Amino acid sequence: MTTPVLELRNVNKSFGPIDVLHDISLKVHAGEVLCLLGDNGAGKSTLIKTLAGVHKQTSGQILMDGEELMFERPKDAADRGISTVHQFGGTFPLMSIGRSFFVGVEPVIKWGPFSFFDRKTANETAVKAVREFGITRIDDGDRLIGGLSGGERQALAIARAVHFGARVLILDEPTAALGVKEAAHVLRIVFEARKRGLAIIFITHQVMHAMTVGDHFAVLIRGALAADFRKGEKTREEITDLMAGGEAMAELESEIESYAQSDSETSSAAQ
Amino acid sequence: MTSQSSATESSRSLPALGRMIRRPEMGSFVGMLAVFLFFWVAAGGLFVSSAGFSSWLNIAAEIGIVALPIGLLMIAGELDLSIGAIIPASSLTLATISGYFGMPEAVGILAALGMGLLVGFINGWLVLRTGLPSLIVTIGMMFVVMGLTLGFSVMLTGSTSATIEPSELSQMLLGQFVGGMFQVTIFWWLGAIVVFFYILHVSRIGNWIFALGGDRIAARNAGIPTEKLTISLFMMSSFAAAFVGISQAMVYQSAQVAGGQAFIFNSIMCVVIGGVLLTGGFGSVVGVVFGTITFAMVNQGIYFTDFDPNLGSIIIGALLLLAVIMNDSFRKMALNYTTKKNS
Repeated sequence: MTTPVLELRNVNKSFGPIDVLHDISLKVHAGEVLCLLGDNGAGKSTLIKTLAGVHKQTSGQILMDGEELMFERPKDAADRGISTVHQFGGTFPLMSIGRSFFVGVEPVIKWGPFSFFDRKTANETAVKAVREFGITRIDDGDRLIGGLSGGERQALAIARAVHFGARVLILDEPTAALGVKEAAHVLRIVFEARKRGLAIIFITHQVMHAMTVGDHFAVLIRGALAADFRKGEKTREEITDLMAGGEAMAELESEIESYAQSDSETSSAAQ
Repeated sequence: MTSQSSATESSRSLPALGRMIRRPEMGSFVGMLAVFLFFWVAAGGLFVSSAGFSSWLNIAAEIGIVALPIGLLMIAGELDLSIGAIIPASSLTLATISGYFGMPEAVGILAALGMGLLVGFINGWLVLRTGLPSLIVTIGMMFVVMGLTLGFSVMLTGSTSATIEPSELSQMLLGQFVGGMFQVTIFWWLGAIVVFFYILHVSRIGNWIFALGGDRIAARNAGIPTEKLTISLFMMSSFAAAFVGISQAMVYQSAQVAGGQAFIFNSIMCVVIGGVLLTGGFGSVVGVVFGTITFAMVNQGIYFTDFDPNLGSIIIGALLLLAVIMNDSFRKMALNYTTKKNS
């Protein structure tokens, strides 16, 4: 089997006396989507921040192409091609598409001692990159990020990461704040990125979205890996139960159902 | 390739007017025009004579030189109130060194500018180091500089003011009235406009400033040297304030411990009237220039009319509120701006 693009071996992370991640081992291959599932507070954010160089692991190894890495700061991870796209995509709502696309790596035209921000190139490159991902509604690089829909912002952020040579794409709840149609657009873009051979880590707590795009699933519970399985090995119900911390979900659902029943009974009695 | 060409076509066919009214400085331009017309009608021909123009241009130039870097700072999401203390501190540094002690003017000027840069550096460093809002840090700094100015002045000269006799060269460069009424500061302001326009809108650093004001953490993650940039911006504003202090000393040939406080709110007012978002991330140099002119016209124009001069403050207050409301709606328009109708 090929070497995974990114591999975690027995990674632990604690903040002072509090253990947040226990002994996490994971692999992501090129052209594969790893879905990281877990309820709020399961340690998903800490895990991706560790991968993105924001936190340093307390112990354990992070390997890229089989070579051990140590990230001192977010830029180190970014330089190695690990790119994180956050829930709301564009973080600069009042900047234009072209300008925000090139934040920190602006194209410039040199003229003597002066350098000029090359707006035309920036706009054209940004618009072209996002159109290649099938978002044809974006055609003007001067538009402000804040005027785009949630799905378009995600698409732009993913296109940006791919444009700048990302090899590992970490998507932090990209569909959480989106409507049904917008979420479908984003999932299509995830497929497109996978087709281009990126290794994708898709963080979500929406099991349906995970099952649509995932090749490989990992469930985090209270900082530990509770399950690690491939596509088709588990049903939706099984995954939901796992995320909620075991069999409790079925009980909870039946409890809700009984409430709903008693509620409708009392309301019909009142009538 | 075809999609590429259709993209440029559709943006070219866009009506230029629609594009223009969505520019960030549009609101402040409309405000400036309205104020100008108002005073033209209310004050008559005198307001548009060269005497009328010089009266507000002189005011605009002094505030404008400070308002430009304050505008950049505010776009980056910071404030600087310490400028109110730096201006008299700089005047007095120059007047004490070159006037009272009779040392060469260059020494006094360099000391005053150096003092400005140092205060700016400390401001930026403290903001980064403490993580406190720059509003608080620079208010603290304002009092510290004010106290030091008073203390040193009394200790060294035994007085709270000092006089200076400018040399011919500095009189010409900094204290001259061109044509008997236009302060030479106006030309320095024009130069500053060009420099700050280049920084914010032409160079790549401008992009960093917008990004910094939009989201500091994301900007740092994108590889922008946010700490260096923050300190540089604070140093720019205090340097500009020190420059205004020097030019005031040269114009009035004396310096006092008090004075300069008016610049704090006036500069912020110019910037906000000019369409800069109080929370950072949005604004333009041209807008700040329009805001400064508007402010100066109201400030001076009132004396050309028969109105009670106290009305000027009311107009400025109302204008500020109006500007914020108007800028808000222009910004919404900018955000909603699309080339095609959404399906």
